[in-house]
Amino acid sequence: MRRLGFALLAAAAIAALGAPVLAPHQPDEYFRGLVNAPPTLPHVIDDAGAWHAPFIYPLKLVDRLEQRFEQDRSTRVPLAWFSGGRLVRSPDEARSPLLLGGADAQGRDVFSRLLFGARTSLSMALVAALGATLLGSLLGGLAGYVGGLVDDTLMRVSDFVLVLPAIYVVLVLRAMLRLVLEPREVFLLLVAILSVVGAPFVARGVRAIVRSERQLEYAVAARSLGAGHLRLLARHLLPAASGYIVVQLTMLVPAFIIAEATMSYIGLGFPDPVASWGAMLHDASNTRTLVDFPWLLSPAAAIFLVVLGLNLVLQQAGVNPVTISSSYESSS
Amino acid sequence: MLAYLIRRVIFATLLVFLVSSASLVLARLAPGDFTVALLGDRARPEAIERTRAQYGLNRPIADQYRDWIAHAVRFDFGRSWLYDTPVATLVRDRAANTAILAVTALAAATLIGLPLGILTGSRRAGVMTQVIRGASLVLLSLPPLLTSLLMVLIAARTGWFPIGGMGSESADVAWHLVVPAVALALPIAAMFERLQAQAMAEVVGQPYVLAAFARGVPRSRIVWRDALKAALRPTAAVYGLVVGSLLSGSFAVEIVTSWPGLGRLMLEALQARDVYLVAGCAAAGSVFIALGTLVSDAALAAVDPRTREA
Repeated sequence: MRRLGFALLAAAAIAALGAPVLAPHQPDEYFRGLVNAPPTLPHVIDDAGAWHAPFIYPLKLVDRLEQRFEQDRSTRVPLAWFSGGRLVRSPDEARSPLLLGGADAQGRDVFSRLLFGARTSLSMALVAALGATLLGSLLGGLAGYVGGLVDDTLMRVSDFVLVLPAIYVVLVLRAMLRLVLEPREVFLLLVAILSVVGAPFVARGVRAIVRSERQLEYAVAARSLGAGHLRLLARHLLPAASGYIVVQLTMLVPAFIIAEATMSYIGLGFPDPVASWGAMLHDASNTRTLVDFPWLLSPAAAIFLVVLGLNLVLQQAGVNPVTISSSYESSS
Repeated sequence: MLAYLIRRVIFATLLVFLVSSASLVLARLAPGDFTVALLGDRARPEAIERTRAQYGLNRPIADQYRDWIAHAVRFDFGRSWLYDTPVATLVRDRAANTAILAVTALAAATLIGLPLGILTGSRRAGVMTQVIRGASLVLLSLPPLLTSLLMVLIAARTGWFPIGGMGSESADVAWHLVVPAVALALPIAAMFERLQAQAMAEVVGQPYVLAAFARGVPRSRIVWRDALKAALRPTAAVYGLVVGSLLSGSFAVEIVTSWPGLGRLMLEALQARDVYLVAGCAAAGSVFIALGTLVSDAALAAVDPRTREA
C-alpha cells in the first residue's frame, strides 16, 4: 500500500515537472472546431482487426447543437512520437489533434491542461504548506521556549483560529482583496492566506514538544555550556520536533490542494486562462455540462489520486489520516 | 457544572462577537463596495456618490460599526442590501437549511461509521474488514467537494434523486436532501469508521476483555457492550473537531449541489460587499461552532465519566 502511495505521488510529480514535454498541447491552445469534444483514445486494432502502431480516429462533428462528435472510422491518424519537442502528438494537429482527455467548453485539451494544472495546484499547495510549517514552527518554538505571556497570547490566538472552519477563514481573507486578480497575485495571496491559516496546526504541536524538551538534560547541558537561546532553539530543540513537522507538512499539502480547488471552483481562485485543477473543475460546475461531458471531471480524479497517495504514505508512517480530514477539507 | 456553563457562555459570546465584528470590518475595508455590485463599475461618479450616501457607505467605518453594535445587541442585525430583507430573517432561514444538512449528515455518518468501525476493529483481518478498510481509505481521500460532484453526476445520470435546490414540503425536502447529505456524510463516516476501528482494536486487546471471554461471556455482548463502552471515547472526543469540518464541508456541498444554506449566502454576501449580511452569516456560523463544542463536550462527558470532574 505504501508503494502504491509513493507511486501515485511520483506520477503526480512527473506529470507536473514533465508537463511541457508530456502534454501534447499548450494549456491555452484553442481548437475552435472541437468544443466539448470527447477524448480521442489511441487504438492499436482497426475495424478490420488488423494491428497497427498506436493511432487515433479523427473526430467528426455530427450535431452542432448538441456538440456531439463521432469518430471518423475511415481514416487512421498514426501518432507521431518525439516530434515538435513533445512526447507524443498527432501529425495533423490542426485538423485532428490528440485529445487524450477530451476538450473543454473553449476547445482546449483537457489532458494537457491537467498536466499543466498539476504544476499550478501542486506547487501552490507545496509552497503554502512549507510556509505554514515554517511560520508554525517559528511561532510554536517561540511560544514553547519563551513561555509566559508570549506563550499565552500566541496559543489563545491559535486556539481561536483552530476553532473556526478553515475554509470560511480562507474565504473571508480572500474576499478582502479585489475579486479579480492576476494569476501571479492569486498564487501569492493563496500561499499567504493558507500559510497563516495552516500555521496554528503546526504551532500547537511544536510548542508542546519544545516545552517538554527544554526541561531535558541535553538542553540544560547545552545551555550551561554557553549555547545562546537562538542556538539552543534552532540547533537542539526544533530538530527534536522535526519528525512532527514533516508529518504536519505532509498533512497540510492535501488540505491545501483541496482549498485551492474549492476557491477556484467558486471563482475566487485562479482565473480562467490559467490551468489549475480547481479552475478546471469550475468549468464543470453546471449539471448539464457534468453529465454530457464527464471528462471535464478528470481534475477531480487527479485530486483524489494525489490525496490518496499522501494518505497512504502517511498511514504507513503510522499517522492516522483522520486528522487531515478533520482539520481542513472543504474540503478539507 | 455551573462554572463550566458560565465559561462556555462567555466563550460563545466572545466568539460570536469577535467573528462577526472581524468579518464586518474586513468586508467593509475590502476594495469596492455594494454600489459596484449594484451599479456596475461604469456608473457616473455622481450616481455612485448618491448611492453611497443612501447606504451609509460614506460614513467612517468606526461610526458605522458602532451603530451596528448598538443595534446588534438588540438582535437587530440590519438590512441585507442584496436581498432587501432584514438580515436576521434571511440568515435564520439559511442557517436552518445548513443545520438540517449538517445534522442529517452527522447522524448518517455516525450510523454508518460507528457500527462498521466496531465490526472491523473487533475482528481479525478478513475479506470483509479489508473491504471496509479500503473503502474508508478511498473515502477519506475524497473531500466533500469531490463527493458532491460525484453524487451530482450519479444523480443526474440515473435520475434517481433530484439535484439542486431543496423543495418546499417536508417530504420533498427530505428527497432533495439525499444528494447533499450523502456527499457530506461519506468522508465523515469513513473518518468515524477508522477512528472507531482503532479504538476498538486497542480495547479488545485489554486483559479485562480477555477475562470476560475466559468467563464465557458471549462474544456479541462483549463487543457491543463491555468493550464498546471504553472504545467510544476517541470518537466522542473528535466530535468537537467534526463540527468545524461539517461547516467547511457543507460550504463545498452547498455550492456544488445548490443547497440554499449559509455557505452560499456568505459567498454571495462577500462578493456583493453586502457588509451586514456578511456579519450576520459569520455570527450564525460562530453560533454553530459554539453549540457544536458544547454538544461535543456533553457527548464526551456521557461516554467518559472522568471528563465530568473538570
